[in-house]
Amino acid sequence: MAKHTLIAYVEDVPGVLNRIASLFRRRNFNIDSLTVGRAEQPGVSRLTVVVEATEAGARLVEANLYKLVNVLRVDDLTRKPALMRELGLVKVTVTPDTRTQVLQLVDVFRARVVDVDDQALVIEVTGTPEKIGKFELVLRPYGIVEMVRTGVVAMARGHEPLSSNPPLVRAEVAGHKAEDHAHDTGVSMSV
Amino acid sequence: MKLTGAEIIWECLQKEGVDVVFGYPGGAILPTYDAMTKYPKIHHVLVRHEQGATHMADGYARASGKVGVAIATSGPGATNMVTGIATAMMDSSPIVCITGQVGSKAIGTDAFQETDVTGVTLPITKHNYLVTRPDDIARAIREAFYIAKSGRPGPVLVDITKDAQQLTCEFDWEAAAPKLPGYRPDLRALPSEYAKALELINTAKRPIIFAGQGVIKANATAQVLELADTTRTPIAVTLLGIGAIPASSPLNLGMMGMHGEAWVNEAIQQADLIIALGMRFDDRVTGNLKTYAPHAKKIHVEIDPSEVNKNVHVDVALIGDLAEVLEELLPGVRAADRSDWWATIAAAKGDSAVRDIQALPDSGHLYAAHVINDIWRLTQKRNTIVVTDVGQHQMWEAQYFHHEKPRSLITSGGLGTMGFALPAAIGAKFACPEKDVWVVVGDGGFQMTSCELATAEQEGIKVNVAIINNAFLGMVRQWQEFFYDKRYAATPMTGPDFAKLAEAYRLTGLRCNKRSDVKATVEKTLATKGTVVIDFVVEKEDTVFPMVPAGAALDKMIRRPKQDVMSESGADKDWEMPSSTLPGVFVEAAVEASLNGHGKAAKLSKPAKKSAKPVKVAAKPLRVAPTKKRSTARR
Ligand SMILES: Cc1cc2nc3c(=O)[nH]c(=O)nc-3n(C[C@H](O)[C@H](O)[C@H](O)COP(=O)(O)OP(=O)(O)OC[C@H]3O[C@@H](n4cnc5c(N)ncnc54)[C@H](O)[C@@H]3O)c2cc1C
Ligand SMILES: Cc1ncc(C[n+]2csc(CCOP(=O)(O)OP(=O)(O)O)c2C)c(N)n1
Ligand SMILES: [Mg+2]
Repeated sequence: MAKHTLIAYVEDVPGVLNRIASLFRRRNFNIDSLTVGRAEQPGVSRLTVVVEATEAGARLVEANLYKLVNVLRVDDLTRKPALMRELGLVKVTVTPDTRTQVLQLVDVFRARVVDVDDQALVIEVTGTPEKIGKFELVLRPYGIVEMVRTGVVAMARGHEPLSSNPPLVRAEVAGHKAEDHAHDTGVSMSV
Repeated sequence: MKLTGAEIIWECLQKEGVDVVFGYPGGAILPTYDAMTKYPKIHHVLVRHEQGATHMADGYARASGKVGVAIATSGPGATNMVTGIATAMMDSSPIVCITGQVGSKAIGTDAFQETDVTGVTLPITKHNYLVTRPDDIARAIREAFYIAKSGRPGPVLVDITKDAQQLTCEFDWEAAAPKLPGYRPDLRALPSEYAKALELINTAKRPIIFAGQGVIKANATAQVLELADTTRTPIAVTLLGIGAIPASSPLNLGMMGMHGEAWVNEAIQQADLIIALGMRFDDRVTGNLKTYAPHAKKIHVEIDPSEVNKNVHVDVALIGDLAEVLEELLPGVRAADRSDWWATIAAAKGDSAVRDIQALPDSGHLYAAHVINDIWRLTQKRNTIVVTDVGQHQMWEAQYFHHEKPRSLITSGGLGTMGFALPAAIGAKFACPEKDVWVVVGDGGFQMTSCELATAEQEGIKVNVAIINNAFLGMVRQWQEFFYDKRYAATPMTGPDFAKLAEAYRLTGLRCNKRSDVKATVEKTLATKGTVVIDFVVEKEDTVFPMVPAGAALDKMIRRPKQDVMSESGADKDWEMPSSTLPGVFVEAAVEASLNGHGKAAKLSKPAKKSAKPVKVAAKPLRVAPTKKRSTARR
């Protein structure tokens, strides 16, 4: 078992998140995090999902995502050079004694203080999920009042774009044409 | 052309080539029913329960290969469809369900008869739509038909608000062509996969072909037979693959799996190559996965990539439509003889065949297997579709009715839906009015949807209903016999006088309780106009053999004739409770951890010994004696 980071482009239509959430629940896939946001194309959302799975399990997740009619493209970034980013907000209690120590840690982690009052700081931190995890760990002794993490978003490195065009279609789909198959990389998902 | 949404629905159905729909009206779908009167070319069948409508659409689809259509109102009408939709989903049957929904402004207000039907059916449909504007109806319906029948077929639901049905808009069929950029029903494997598959096929010593329902869906009988014949490879079929390969073909060994023939399962366990064609390695097919086909490499030809490596790890996957894949594969296949392999199988078969129930003398009792085998013998020369329900009779039908043609057996395999047979048969009859349609149904399942007899009567159609009446929920009773020390809890069952029930519906009712009467009964049934219901009063505590106890290795079958078997109930438990989801009530966490993995849940009852009371159920069986006597007396 390992963490797999999958990117999915989905049509931005009502209910699509529900379909994805339902799929993961129904197939008993173990989601670590799931984030959605707009992508470069209008009408298309981009989903990053981290699942705990074996290699074969990850292929099943991918194949099942593809089965959803509104899913345009799926890509597994696990074995590719990729950037993983997450944002966290941490509210931590401070006293006159601990305030400077906390500020030093903020510095070390290249985080930012975004709100201050006499008893607490709110800190914004971005980075890999590991980094945010570490940050949480070092702040915990000071007293974390509240904390929220967005879940990871990911993008492959390099200039090659990952477009929402499907990677593995024949051009002809009975009755109507599939738009484009520029990234015809073969049946990556089939086995 | 300006039309109301309701009219657009019918226009679209007509353009999709629909000639019959199965439905039930109600408030939220009334505008559509009102518009129906303008479209006399489409015949509407009024069902007696919306579940029946979905099974009829399903039966119609399975018999014809076309899309079946069911219509219902919002709320209870739509929720009544759920069982039928789930049944169609599990067995990849192409149906389109159209449901009315409350007005678009009322959505979310818990309006009268409002149910979130797209939400409810999300996991049991291939796709579904909520349409709130008339302008979107045509595209939704066109896409629904396209999705339902393409790729791996399945049910699609279109939920249409009442105002969308009432309002008018421009109807433009062309502009409503499917736009489905994410939908890819026709994936294909790389050429390198074909080379790997051919290498395995051409070098195997003990190969076996599995023919599943995909063979029927892909219309690939000829290609499969060619592959088998050229390479001298025996074929085993799944329950849903029955008919895909003629039963009389010497290449066809018969059904595999839980109630498959012993020599078939033995062949699988000895095979060095499995060529799985359009089947999905259901757990009823594999038995215990750990010991499944241990010597075999596996080639999986599948249209749905999510089926590959789901249950069984395969060495080569050929994604695509089976007929196309085989066309591509066949030229590379080398002829072979494989006589040693056939000799091995023949030896195993020889020794099993003597246990055939046909060898049983006529003891004066009526056995279900005899009834079914006799119906087959008596109808062999006719063009027959058999629709079965779920239970012991279903398995006997699979074993003793020999199907020669694709789509000649229709049965609920994946969901195992009792109550399926009668309505599905009515649907099948509408698809194939020229064929005889027989229903083989248990006394239990028949009582779940017997109201559809009224539909058959109102429509004036003929289906021949053979009730295999054992006064038990027989299949469950069999499990209780094997795995629950014969505690027949809630399985003895009474029913109405089925012959009289038929008469109450103005149909013909017959009864038969002697083997010597079967022939006359079947002949009379065939000669009678209209639907006939036959009450075959059979042996009560009869058992389906052979049987692989759930969780056991495939070749560890309980064989015919009845042996002294299975005092142990562990294997059974193993199947019902995968260890990963052991409910906390049964075991402490520590015990659960020690169980790690499959195959050990059998020990479940042991840890409990440490505590005061063993888990094993109540002290003495709750025997249900009197029912037996009463029903005997009644007869
Ligand atoms: C009481 C009971 C007992 C049962 N006992 C047995 C038993 O002993 N033996 C047995 O076999 N079954 C048994 N079953 C049935 C079992 O549960 C499954 O329903 C059955 O095995 C499934 O058969 P299948 O895989 O061929 O069909 P399906 O479940 O329909 O699977 C067909 C597969 O083919 C693929 N496919 C579809 N179209 C194409 C195409 N054009 N090209 C390529 N691939 C395609 C689909 O994607 C799918 O994966 C029993 C059921 C019940 C209710
Ligand atoms: C709707 C539904 N409920 C329960 C079951 C569980 N079940 C499977 S077989 C069976 C018994 C069927 O009895 P009957 O229809 O009399 O057929 P028999 O096995 O006696 O031939 C039951 C209850 C089911 N498959 N479907
Ligand atoms: Mg029964």
